[in-house]
Amino acid sequence: MKPSPFEYHAPADLDEALDVLARVGPDGGKVLAGGQSLIPLLNMRLAAPAHLVDVNRVAGLDTVEAGPGGVRVGALARHAAVERSLPAAAVQPLLGQALRLVAHPVIRNRGTVVGSLVHADPSAELPAVLALLGGSVRLAHRGGERDVAAAEFFTGPMESDTAPGELAVSAFFPALPPRSGTAFHEVARRHGDYAMAGVAAAVTLDEDLRVTAARVACVSVGPVPMVVDVTAACGGSPVAAGGTGPDWDAAAAAVRDRIEPEDDIHATADYRRHLTGVLAVRALRGAADGAAADGVAAARAAGEGER
Amino acid sequence: MTTKLFGEPVRRREDARLITGRGRYLDDLGADALAVAFVRSPHAHARIRDIDVSAALDVEGLVAIYTWEDLPGALAEPLPLLIPHPALTHGRTAYPLAREIVRHVGEPVVMVVARDRYLAEDACSLIRVDYEMRKPVVGVEEAAEAVHLVHEDVPGNVGAHLVQEVPSADGRSAREAIEAAPHTLAFRLDVERSACMPLEGKGVYARWDADDQSLRVYSSTQSSTSVRMAIAAKLGLPLPKVEVIAPDVGGGFGVKIVHPWPEEVLIPWAARLLGREVKWTEDRREHFVSSSHERGQVQYVRVGFDDDGRVLGLDVNILHDHGAYTPYGIIVPIITATQLLGPYKIGAYRVEFSSIYTNTVQVTPYRGAGRPQGVFCMERTMDKIAAHLGLDRTEVRAANLIQPDEFPYDQGMIFQDGRPLIYDSGNYPEALRMLKELIGWDSFPEMKAAAAAEGRTIGIGLACYVEGTGVGPYEGGHVQVTSDGRVHVSTGLTSQGQGHETVFAQIAATELGVPIEKVSVVTGDTRRFGYAVGTFASRAAVMSGNAIALACRKVREKALRIAADALEADPRDLEITDGVVHVAGTPSASIPLATVAVLSNPLRYAFDEEAQRATQFAGGPSSMDRPPVEEGTEPGLEGRDYYSPIRSTFACGMHAAIVETDPLTAEIEILRYAVVHDCGRLINPMIVEGQIHGGVAQGVGGALYEKMAYDEHGQLLNASFMDFLMPYATEVPRIETAHLETPSPLNPLGIKGAGEAGVIPVSAVIAAAIEDAEGIPIDRMPISPSDLHHLRLETG
Amino acid sequence: MNHPITLTVNGVLREATVPARRLLSDCLRHDLGLTGTHVGCEHGVCGACTVLLDGEPVRSCLMFAVTADGHEITTVEGLAAADGTLSPVQRGFAECHGLQCGFCTPGFLCTVTAFLRENAAPTDEEVVEAISGNLCRCTGYQNIIKAVHRAAEIQAETQGGEAGR
Repeated sequence: MKPSPFEYHAPADLDEALDVLARVGPDGGKVLAGGQSLIPLLNMRLAAPAHLVDVNRVAGLDTVEAGPGGVRVGALARHAAVERSLPAAAVQPLLGQALRLVAHPVIRNRGTVVGSLVHADPSAELPAVLALLGGSVRLAHRGGERDVAAAEFFTGPMESDTAPGELAVSAFFPALPPRSGTAFHEVARRHGDYAMAGVAAAVTLDEDLRVTAARVACVSVGPVPMVVDVTAACGGSPVAAGGTGPDWDAAAAAVRDRIEPEDDIHATADYRRHLTGVLAVRALRGAADGAAADGVAAARAAGEGER
Repeated sequence: MTTKLFGEPVRRREDARLITGRGRYLDDLGADALAVAFVRSPHAHARIRDIDVSAALDVEGLVAIYTWEDLPGALAEPLPLLIPHPALTHGRTAYPLAREIVRHVGEPVVMVVARDRYLAEDACSLIRVDYEMRKPVVGVEEAAEAVHLVHEDVPGNVGAHLVQEVPSADGRSAREAIEAAPHTLAFRLDVERSACMPLEGKGVYARWDADDQSLRVYSSTQSSTSVRMAIAAKLGLPLPKVEVIAPDVGGGFGVKIVHPWPEEVLIPWAARLLGREVKWTEDRREHFVSSSHERGQVQYVRVGFDDDGRVLGLDVNILHDHGAYTPYGIIVPIITATQLLGPYKIGAYRVEFSSIYTNTVQVTPYRGAGRPQGVFCMERTMDKIAAHLGLDRTEVRAANLIQPDEFPYDQGMIFQDGRPLIYDSGNYPEALRMLKELIGWDSFPEMKAAAAAEGRTIGIGLACYVEGTGVGPYEGGHVQVTSDGRVHVSTGLTSQGQGHETVFAQIAATELGVPIEKVSVVTGDTRRFGYAVGTFASRAAVMSGNAIALACRKVREKALRIAADALEADPRDLEITDGVVHVAGTPSASIPLATVAVLSNPLRYAFDEEAQRATQFAGGPSSMDRPPVEEGTEPGLEGRDYYSPIRSTFACGMHAAIVETDPLTAEIEILRYAVVHDCGRLINPMIVEGQIHGGVAQGVGGALYEKMAYDEHGQLLNASFMDFLMPYATEVPRIETAHLETPSPLNPLGIKGAGEAGVIPVSAVIAAAIEDAEGIPIDRMPISPSDLHHLRLETG
Repeated sequence: MNHPITLTVNGVLREATVPARRLLSDCLRHDLGLTGTHVGCEHGVCGACTVLLDGEPVRSCLMFAVTADGHEITTVEGLAAADGTLSPVQRGFAECHGLQCGFCTPGFLCTVTAFLRENAAPTDEEVVEAISGNLCRCTGYQNIIKAVHRAAEIQAETQGGEAGR
């Protein structure tokens, strides 16, 4: 299990990286960042690119910038760095909720968030997060860049809308409006494995704790992260301790109807569908509880502001 | 007393090097050796039409490419069938490199030697093999239907067929007893394939010494002595010109007892042919498809029993999936068939197995070696009897247990060593009592009710087993005290992490009365000890432990004789303490063992001060009318002895677990895991516990996670650590243990084997606990959340 | 094409010339002779090859040696003090029978060394999470977990001693 030979490029800055990529991208050149998904494929010779462009020396790509609108994560920001970022957690807690589920701590020390998005594994957590939040990926090429919305970015299993010669330089994870909450629930065979099914949920409530927006993104049950808007299915009941609350079961049923799971050696399609429904209820309920708490916090903050 | 070390949790002497990176595993050796990689079959069943190596010839650093046609003499013949058996009528083994037909994905076809492994793999990727596809035979039941054949000359795909019958005391056959029984049950059980999967794969490194015309081979093996004989035979070398050493070995669990692996003869052959050092280090993907698997069986069970749950007749028919070849004979199904009986007295027993070829990786022993399947069968049977009669599961077992006053207990069968299956000792009722106490069996119903009140589903299960350990034929030990007072112990069998350097040193230190710091132990090095069998079947401590103890007793006897001469005392009055021989009760009359060693070897030449005391002019008490080395003695303070038991010694264990199942996701969590274990006298309780922990973890893997997922084409779909799910720390529960010590009457130390114990009953225990939680029969292992979900739907 | 690289390994500046595809694990083992780092799967799952890269545990089989050029690496050979005094983590493993065949051990030792630097007094749950990416086929992890707790104790004792000086 040793990689095939390749020509190695280690650009020192972005311009050089884009120059190299412009040259070798059309020739099957691949970008190496964290390498935690790519290098296993190389070692098994399941991939054998002629060129490898190692961007680890490119300055300025390891940023994690949290602003009121969301979190922008640079191409070299490792999972562990984003997971540890308190500003990022404050603006978009779903990032941390998801990253804790990504493989194991040692892999997160090296793997990158943007690399995971470009890899576009439908079983991976971060593509689901980006898809759920309606984020985007910024792709640079020599002489320009473009932002691609998550909905267009993930084009199929292990396929993303990245053209040869392009480098994904950052990804943007939008913040949610006030009185919003998120949760990520998954079931894997072993701790740290790719999930048999997993559901990321985002719920926004109004002042009366009624659901104004509820969406889920599901992993391992379709060719891409499966995003389902369940706002309508939740009904008009407010989130209330002990009360009837929103109709999470109806929401879960809507999710089960939309996903496209398949059999594999770890789980049947039927089980994945069932499991996704269970996890959708848990994730939506968790997100709604978070949203309710967020609302209380917002109200308290507003009250303090008035004083 | 510093020298009474037997039974103490002595810290391991191996660890100093292993925790500092100074261990020497196979791939750590031979820094300048050429590297080998293999082109392996991508197909489960095919005929090789042509091999075209031309594109590979330009690879930089390429040294040689070999196919079957290049192999000379005995090397071109099939590899040996190690353990023949009359019932194995159609034993088949592979060629070192495939000859015409490949019978499983991963079978070696072309061997490439190059400057390093990267380049060797480059060359492999350029070699074109043209295959004519044949129908693959996958799945033991499909194979038994024999629509297609794995070996053209093996009808029905049946390699072996064996029936063993043990009639009841009143002469009834099992089938008659079942017919006549008040209650009968019939059911089918399935156990999936798994594999040993040591963290270090196999590996071979060979050096040919052209000047000396000799070969030194390092192999990550469980039997260096036997690898040595196989190499000598296959390469036509005189045995004394071949040495084989097992260096530090990164786990074995059975797979490395098979020998010679193709690579174990091919690498030495290439080293001699090329006059260069050659090394092959197996990578993980190779290990999945070209080593061995185990466990896969389908069992059909019929049982008849009385109102108390006593088994009156048991009839088991086993389909054993043997994979493509049978190099290790039919040891695995024989063990299943015999050890299935466990700690029980079965009225009448009939067991029949067919060992079936499939186009998959060969099956050879994996820790437990057929016992987990046998225990699964018997313990599922016990639980079904209890459920049928509405009895507590421990009561049914208690009704069938062999009692302490019934030993030796003859089960009336022939065991894997070809000898009668006679249990030597045990106290099964006490073990069961201890287990119930440890897990809290009697108070579980309240716990279950309390959990149910919270909407949680929990269940409890148990399983019992008896394990024949320490199988023969023999092992030996050599002990030498040198004139510096150090004690050098060697034994031929090998080590893969069991702590032999520590436990054998404990035995030697205790027997000889020396500080353990003075003792060093070497295993698995044919330069030090040439006669051995190997490390498997929980036999190392029993076999080599006793052999070393016996060798030490010889050394001790000789030391006391020489010391008595020097001290002008009666040897019967002498003791050895802290490396000093002294007259009991008179510490001043003493002589260090080091000096005894000096005196044991009469010298002409003095090369140091100590040696002066042994020269011919040193004087001393020896009489001038006796030769310096008396008749019947040898120079030197050393001893060699062998231990060869009449039969195996039988250890026992009983495990219980409490599991929780998620009512919605069907996830399965082990909340508690309890072990009661009896392996006779403990040499080192810390090490025995470690063995049990590791075995239970592998058992958890086999119960909940690990399987070999072959598709209908014979492709192994999960040949990686991504998809073959060995438990991490997050998957293994805390393991609670308690020990019972029933000494074996068969050997001088009273010990029994412990290496395999932990893994044996785990699938049975977990199945029982899930069954108790869910109220659904669990007849197939491993079980995943997806499986449990579907079982729930089926039973509605 | 070969690339000259310079690594600081266990505090020593080491130079090597390697093909681009040389895995860091192979470079350490075969180019630099540091065979204490073991290779168990070469696809990043088993953790046996874990080393510290600039103090953080990473899989050396999932990194090219050329990418590590200019970085600091600590392997199992570098965990003990220069005078051979074992580190608290090494001591913990030896005292608690935290290893059997020892093949996975270097990866555990490196992982745990970094973990205890960040979390000096972990709970059981935190220990299990910290070692959850390392496979061991021998120990069943029971004594490894014990060893990590023991290492934390030893670390606290020895650091306490140093602070007192």
